[in-house]
Amino acid sequence: MVSKKIVLHFSRRLVDRPIVYHLIKDYDLEFNILKAQVTPAEEGMMVLELKGKQGDFDRGIKFLTDTGVVIDALSESILRNEQRCTHCGACVTMCPTGAFELDLVTRKTKFLPAKCIVCGLCIKGCPPRAMELHF
Amino acid sequence: MALRTIEEINQKIKKGNVVVFTAEEIIGMVKEKGLKKAAEEVDVVTTGTFGPMCSSSAYLNIGHSNPRIKLGGGKVYLNSVPAYAGFAAVDIIIGATALPDDDPRNRNHPGEFNYGGGHIIEELTAGKDIRLEATAYGTDCYPRKKLETFINIKDLNEAVLFNMRNSYQNYNVAVNLSDKTIYTYMGILRPHLANANYCSAGQLSPLLNDPHYKTIGIGTKIFLGGGIGYVAWQGTQHNPMALRGENGVPKRTAGTLAVIGDLKQMSPEWVVGTSFVGYGTTLTVGIGVPIPILSEEILKYTTVTDDEIYAAVVDYSDAYPHMKPTVLGEVNYAQLKTGKITVQGKKVPTASFSSYAKAVEIAATLKDWIKTGKFDLTQPVAPLPGVESGLTFKPLKERAINNV
Repeated sequence: MVSKKIVLHFSRRLVDRPIVYHLIKDYDLEFNILKAQVTPAEEGMMVLELKGKQGDFDRGIKFLTDTGVVIDALSESILRNEQRCTHCGACVTMCPTGAFELDLVTRKTKFLPAKCIVCGLCIKGCPPRAMELHF
Repeated sequence: MALRTIEEINQKIKKGNVVVFTAEEIIGMVKEKGLKKAAEEVDVVTTGTFGPMCSSSAYLNIGHSNPRIKLGGGKVYLNSVPAYAGFAAVDIIIGATALPDDDPRNRNHPGEFNYGGGHIIEELTAGKDIRLEATAYGTDCYPRKKLETFINIKDLNEAVLFNMRNSYQNYNVAVNLSDKTIYTYMGILRPHLANANYCSAGQLSPLLNDPHYKTIGIGTKIFLGGGIGYVAWQGTQHNPMALRGENGVPKRTAGTLAVIGDLKQMSPEWVVGTSFVGYGTTLTVGIGVPIPILSEEILKYTTVTDDEIYAAVVDYSDAYPHMKPTVLGEVNYAQLKTGKITVQGKKVPTASFSSYAKAVEIAATLKDWIKTGKFDLTQPVAPLPGVESGLTFKPLKERAINNV
């Protein structure tokens, strides 16, 4: 099994075509849409967490590329500046995916990057501004 | 009956055999040994808190330029953030919530508030150069009208942290009953009671361990921002008459401290510029207060636990902004710290804006300072007003100005 977070860019001519559904139907892949948007110029962007058998995964990626979708690895990530974090815990309820956890013994806030979908809500919400977007 | 005097504690600090516990450690110690025995053994209990405290400021004396300039009555900016200059020639004060004139504030709500007075105070403390720009009107004795220079804390005559209201004795738990997200000094509150934010160190918090101000008074020496400070006065809005439980511990916002200390000794780890989306900038301050165990009663107060400290749940979409006394319920800090409370029958996830982990570190640091003889205790020169003073916290009496 492989599981990867990828970014798909759809050009204007692809925006109105059903594409990602083929990943399930024809390639037996499982996905979770982390982020999706269509810009005013009508280009589409979607962040997917894609999961499946290696062979299916590779064929699925080839299918996407063949249709004209441009694929990037998820290159943005949210990092915590450990020096600025005061462990107040304000982020815990702010994060929609539960990427922050309060250690009930140390009362420190743990950041779990594996659960992070790079939505960015924590960046402005963190009082000492310890959460940073990296490219 | 008095067990010991502050003078005797200081003798033990000098000899290196003083017995110190943090306000967290003392709970188990007293449970194990009993109040009487523990009171005989323990000399000092240390407390700590680390949270955003908006009524914080730093005053600076920048030294005289040649030719001289009188900043008083003029305008002064530190990294574009306005400082107040209504004093003599080169004394200025910068408040934690000050913002650059060109900051968009909430024009595009919610504003980001990335940089303000609190950040200037942090950067000064960190030893960073700060750009000072000033204009003045010029006098015969102070002819200069314009000044642009870098300043650095190490070159200033004085840099003093002076916070007129810090270390609140208890605080509200903030929620939002409305149908839209609100952005407050208690953080982002999602609609329909989706989250609850609180802000107190609870059982470690200084004034919750000395609820009737029996030892903490004017002149009490404290840990302030990583250095040494003093309680200067009761803080503004000090309200000893707030509702209290049977244990004497306030269940509402009550006492406060005005504190002062040399910023040059402090560390940016404990004086942190902070931003609240849609609200503004502030300063997160670390404070630790030692409590001398002069009697069994004083020790008893320091054993207060999170489940004995109650706070009011307040709606920040309506009750708070409109001065309505409505309280949605009371919860204790043990409940808050589980990460979920129940309000109006609904389970609500909680988050804190006061760092308990840092409060533990402050209480432990102060304990270490006392044990190693780096920090001795002071006898307050005057007490803080308590319940007997009848002092309350009044709203503004607004009066129409007729002859405009």
